[in-house]
Amino acid sequence: MPLSQQELKQLNEKACQIRKDTIDTVYWAGGGHVGGSLSFTEIMVILYYKYLNIDPKNPQWPDRDRVVLSKGHAGVGYAPILADKGYFPKELLKEYNHTGSILGMHLDGNKVPGVDVSTGSLGHGLPIAVGLALGARLQNKSWLTYCIMGDGECDEGSVWEAAMAAAHYKVTNLVTIVDRNRMMIDGPTEEVMRLEPFADKWKAFGWIVKEVDGHDFNQLADAIEYAQKEDKAPVVIIAHTIKGKCVDFMEDKYEWHYGGLDSEKVELAKACIDKHYCEM
Amino acid sequence: MAADGLTYTIVDTANMSTAEIYGKVLCDLAEKHNDIVGLSADLAKSTKIGQFAAKFPDRFFNAGIAEQNMFGIAAGLAKSGLTPFVSTFAVFASLRAAEQVRTDICYPKLNVKIIATHAGTSFGQAGTTHHCTEDLAVMRSFANMVVIAPADGIETANAVIAAYEYKGPVYIRINRGFDPFLYEKSDYGFQIGKAVQLKDGTDITIIACGAAAYNAYHAAGILEKEDGLSVRVLNMHTIKPIDEEAILKAVMETRRIVTFEDHNIYGGLGSAVAEVIVKSGKACAFESVGIPDEYAIIGLPEDLQNYYGFDQNKIVEKVRQIMGKDFEQTEDWEDEV
Repeated sequence: MPLSQQELKQLNEKACQIRKDTIDTVYWAGGGHVGGSLSFTEIMVILYYKYLNIDPKNPQWPDRDRVVLSKGHAGVGYAPILADKGYFPKELLKEYNHTGSILGMHLDGNKVPGVDVSTGSLGHGLPIAVGLALGARLQNKSWLTYCIMGDGECDEGSVWEAAMAAAHYKVTNLVTIVDRNRMMIDGPTEEVMRLEPFADKWKAFGWIVKEVDGHDFNQLADAIEYAQKEDKAPVVIIAHTIKGKCVDFMEDKYEWHYGGLDSEKVELAKACIDKHYCEM
Repeated sequence: MAADGLTYTIVDTANMSTAEIYGKVLCDLAEKHNDIVGLSADLAKSTKIGQFAAKFPDRFFNAGIAEQNMFGIAAGLAKSGLTPFVSTFAVFASLRAAEQVRTDICYPKLNVKIIATHAGTSFGQAGTTHHCTEDLAVMRSFANMVVIAPADGIETANAVIAAYEYKGPVYIRINRGFDPFLYEKSDYGFQIGKAVQLKDGTDITIIACGAAAYNAYHAAGILEKEDGLSVRVLNMHTIKPIDEEAILKAVMETRRIVTFEDHNIYGGLGSAVAEVIVKSGKACAFESVGIPDEYAIIGLPEDLQNYYGFDQNKIVEKVRQIMGKDFEQTEDWEDEV
């Protein structure tokens, strides 16, 4: 179903707010993985504000959809969404990274309400997500598992082990989205360790590939709805995104994989974000 | 009798390897509990989880030769409410996929049972790539993990049942092939974290696990008969949580302790026992025997047990050597630190 104008407007407003909350969180945290937390905003916003079957008041609700944020370093982008959904008070974001806080650089499933799996070690998410999906299928549960991956983490062999297994076991109650922002810590993915032909790799492993503009809610909606329904093979959505999206001085710069922001840069970043959404 | 009502004797398990007994027990458990699922990484046949796979094909997942993914899937299955039993060789479970076991299974305390076979030097002919003399050390260092090294097939049956009944991650290391039976029946009161005293004694305590436990028991018989020694033998099947009470009792009552294990002398049973002795602040003669800090030679398991000092004869020799030392003449045993 195409998104209505009203929905689109609401999702964009939410994305704008979450991006600014992310900037604040990076400031409060004394630094964070800001680049990849701005590239996956639309992916996370459309999941959390349109598709996920969850109940923030009951984070352990057995029938909830499961979310595995395999690119666990994007905690500063994820925590503001969980706070906004009501999993924990927004005030906690101000304690991000502080000693004794439940919120650390990589969101912790043992500590943070709403987080199903402690991720951060790359290449772990997809295997766990495949296990969750198989477990749901075996127990005739209708909940879905959503796995959000980084592109750089696809260097890990375990990703392809899991890709093989998901195709072999026809795991179709799983929605996998790769945030293809093309940048990793040490540089562009294609320079550090070439991923292309990326879509062909997934196809060769037996997956159906949907390539979308990861900042376009309509394209994301089509692809997610397709992946939810597809029952012949697992589907991966390769979401082409821009690292540091909406903040001019960060966009497409691998140097902003991780960074800190002083109050001046916070204002500058927020002004960029506002400008971007005004122009829309 | 185990809470599950499953008991085993050497008659039920005659001519079965230790792993085959595991396979049988897992099938028996799975008949009663449909939350049990199985995983292997192309070693279903060798680890005998294949028996479960044959009986419950819908509940078994072969991950192919991909251990990291297998343990990740196991974590996901456990998170969905199931109880995965995962079997591969000890060297791959504890080293190849160590991070998945630590981060994905132990940290969230997921209900995953790792039954690792071909442990220690029990696959001696296969060489260093397939020996595993580090798993106890690795697994012991993972918080939340329970670590068990059963002495024989009957104890393996008990350990597997106890692992199912315990909620949380458990690592059980068993040998390749046939272990001589230390026990005739499984109803001897096996409990995770509680050593089994095979023999009481006052001169020295032997603490052993795995294959060394059987050897220690029979060595103690020889030492009693030929040397007139009173030898206490503890089968320390659970390496973690270690039975501190039994160790402290041995410190106080025998003042000499020697450990035997099929593992590197660093980090395994000997280290775990030493940690307790040192904490006690009491004087105690102590030695630990296992694979010295090196990679084991190639050979038949029984030859390697001799070579590394934990077959029956070498245990007898070691105890005689310790008893020949003049600890009591040079130390005041009553001294406390």
